[in-house]
Amino acid sequence: MASNWLSQLFTVALFNLRSIPARKGSALTAAVGIAGVVAVLTGVLSIAEGFRKTMTSAGSPDVAIVLRAGAENEMTSGLGRDETRLIADTPGVARGAAGPLASAELFVIISLPKRTTGTDANVPLRGVEGTAFEVRGNIRMLEGRRFESGKNEIIVGAGARREFAGLNIGQEIKVGRNVWTVVGVFTSGGGISDSEIWTDAAVLQPAYNRGPTFQSVYVRLASPEDFGIFKNGISKNPELKATARTLPDFYSSQSEMLSQFITVFGVFISVMMGLGALFGALNTMYSAVASRTREIATLRALGFPAAPVVVSVLAESIVLSLAGGVVGAAAAYWAFNGYQTSTMNFQTFSQVSFNFAVTPLLLAAAIAMAAILGLFGGLFPALRAARMPIASALRDS
Amino acid sequence: MKFLSLIWSSMKRKKLRSVLTLLSIFVAFLLFGILCILKESLTGGVSATDAARLVVRHKVSFIQMLPQGYANRIKTIHGVSLVAHQTWFNGMTKTMDNASDVVVPSFPVDPEIFMKIYPELVLPASQMEAWMSTRTGAVVGKTAADKYKWRIGDHIQLTSPIWQTEAGANSWEFNIVGIYTGAKKNTDLSGFLFRYDYFEEMRGGLDKSMVGWFGVRVDDPQQADAISKRIDDEFANSPWEVKAEPEGAMVQGFIQQFGDIASIIRAVLSMVFFTILLISGNTMSQAVRERFAELGVLKAIGFPNGLVLMLVLGESCTVALLGGLTGLAMAWVFSLGGSPVPNFLPVWYMKPQDIYLGMGFALLLGLVTGAVPAIQAFRLRIAEALRRDA
Repeated sequence: MASNWLSQLFTVALFNLRSIPARKGSALTAAVGIAGVVAVLTGVLSIAEGFRKTMTSAGSPDVAIVLRAGAENEMTSGLGRDETRLIADTPGVARGAAGPLASAELFVIISLPKRTTGTDANVPLRGVEGTAFEVRGNIRMLEGRRFESGKNEIIVGAGARREFAGLNIGQEIKVGRNVWTVVGVFTSGGGISDSEIWTDAAVLQPAYNRGPTFQSVYVRLASPEDFGIFKNGISKNPELKATARTLPDFYSSQSEMLSQFITVFGVFISVMMGLGALFGALNTMYSAVASRTREIATLRALGFPAAPVVVSVLAESIVLSLAGGVVGAAAAYWAFNGYQTSTMNFQTFSQVSFNFAVTPLLLAAAIAMAAILGLFGGLFPALRAARMPIASALRDS
Repeated sequence: MKFLSLIWSSMKRKKLRSVLTLLSIFVAFLLFGILCILKESLTGGVSATDAARLVVRHKVSFIQMLPQGYANRIKTIHGVSLVAHQTWFNGMTKTMDNASDVVVPSFPVDPEIFMKIYPELVLPASQMEAWMSTRTGAVVGKTAADKYKWRIGDHIQLTSPIWQTEAGANSWEFNIVGIYTGAKKNTDLSGFLFRYDYFEEMRGGLDKSMVGWFGVRVDDPQQADAISKRIDDEFANSPWEVKAEPEGAMVQGFIQQFGDIASIIRAVLSMVFFTILLISGNTMSQAVRERFAELGVLKAIGFPNGLVLMLVLGESCTVALLGGLTGLAMAWVFSLGGSPVPNFLPVWYMKPQDIYLGMGFALLLGLVTGAVPAIQAFRLRIAEALRRDA
């Protein structure tokens, strides 16, 4: 009995789906409408996703950063030579052959012309100590070599080289009265460091009239569990006015404002467009039901109960929406995934380069949204179809 | 206009369908309006700039400081009338719920010259006097005052991670003596201004007598580029080389750093309009097709072809304008409410040009969606139409 009922449901739904070609125009409109919504949703959210990915992927949990107490970012922080030594000697820091794995760093900003617009944009120039590579653990040279200490040499992140003109190996950039030569290109695997330019901190200090001061200290922890000990050691030390944070923590706080903005913007646009498409889908399904009035009445007259009729209308709506959703998601993936761009991060006042990321989760969410639009778009028309008085519907012209 | 009732009754023919179409057009234009506000907010800084103003900064970047004494040298350059310096203070205060610290855009300035160079900041004369006579006095923009519930007479503290007092404290004391408003709609009122003499006397550290950048007023805006060049040359090969540029160019460059916002917004809007065009166009064709028999009757009783065409176009334009204008009106109402994120986007209003553009789009939408069914109705033969079954 149950299987009979199910097969009945199935047959009526299939019968309905096969009649879609008779309503090509309006069916196509509904599907394309949904495809447009899904493409925009996926596209806008892939910006937020890509940005978030860049900001978090560089942060290994066993690396910590120390800034002056109260400073939210490296630019507003400042630490003296004595302080950076105390930080390096705090318990919890891993030790290498040459002592503690800590790198005291300077962070300044320089203006370079952007490739796309030709206008100047801010690039972070970071002065690091020789230990920085071992501390980060994920820096790989793509071309050339590392800078030599004491020389006016720089290495550039892969993202920075892509976005800015004049950063190929052998080229020189003039910063103030100093000339620096590009000797290498590095990557941190798509992380935030890829947007930076690195040089020797000892060379950067005099060039910037900084004296023996730094802005941050990066340390490698003996293990991620040692962060508690390290953090305590920093905050309990009466000679230090500094706070420690793990790198993932720090990076996510640095990108909070921008990723929140992009996400809110994306969700808002998607909800509005979704509403517009929902009204469109409702219209399409109401007219699909209207054009099949006689057909549906005939089914009912033959003794088919209301359920298969409701299900068949819903099936049509969901199939159309899903088709639109899949097309829209595929188009967004094709157009946006991996799209390289850069923007200004307010909180660091400098450029971050990143790729749009259409993740599987995003695709699934987009297609789910299409299905939900289809469900709601079909529900009321389906109920109307089921409630139609048979006699007058058969007479419908 | 006597045919308006005819148009109206054909819209009422299928109420639900008309309402749904209206709603989808309404949503599209609401989105259009809000995106226009957002675009203006993100890129409109340029229209808030003054063509007679230059900005002079360290050649390497904004964060590098310049000697305060440069002001006098800039002032002697031909064509320059006033010079005022500013410095980024990065003052922080608690949010209203006391949960976290936020940065207030705060700058030590020389009050008299600064207010002359930035006349769009309007401060009552009595408050200006109070500022001149109170060393710890500060004036705040109306947006900031509303946000942090600051009133004249309040004694407040800001902490700065960059600037410490000679005594080594991060916390700075101020008395609010004035609240400034904007002469224009797009004036940024989120700032906090205090006296440079107080700042200079109190601050310790290496950067004493250094300032962030200079605002320069020139006699003749036409000469802005030439004067910028003269200022650059004046300091070439000095320990602190500068870059001078008109304020508009500086803001434009700053905006470009965000990437091409305008083209992203244009792309989203064209997707929205394409989708809506498709949906409402299809509905319109269907609505007309269903009424072919009726249109045939109209023609049979003597309506000329052209009038039938106009009737159909009139209907589609009515639907588009009704939905479009209410959407735009709603966006306008939304813009009056002020920015939902005043810290991030302080300027929040709808440009009249954008409203006219939206109206134009609504009319265009009506004409395009009505075109195909209107031509079909125009060509319709009476005999055929009357014979039609559905």
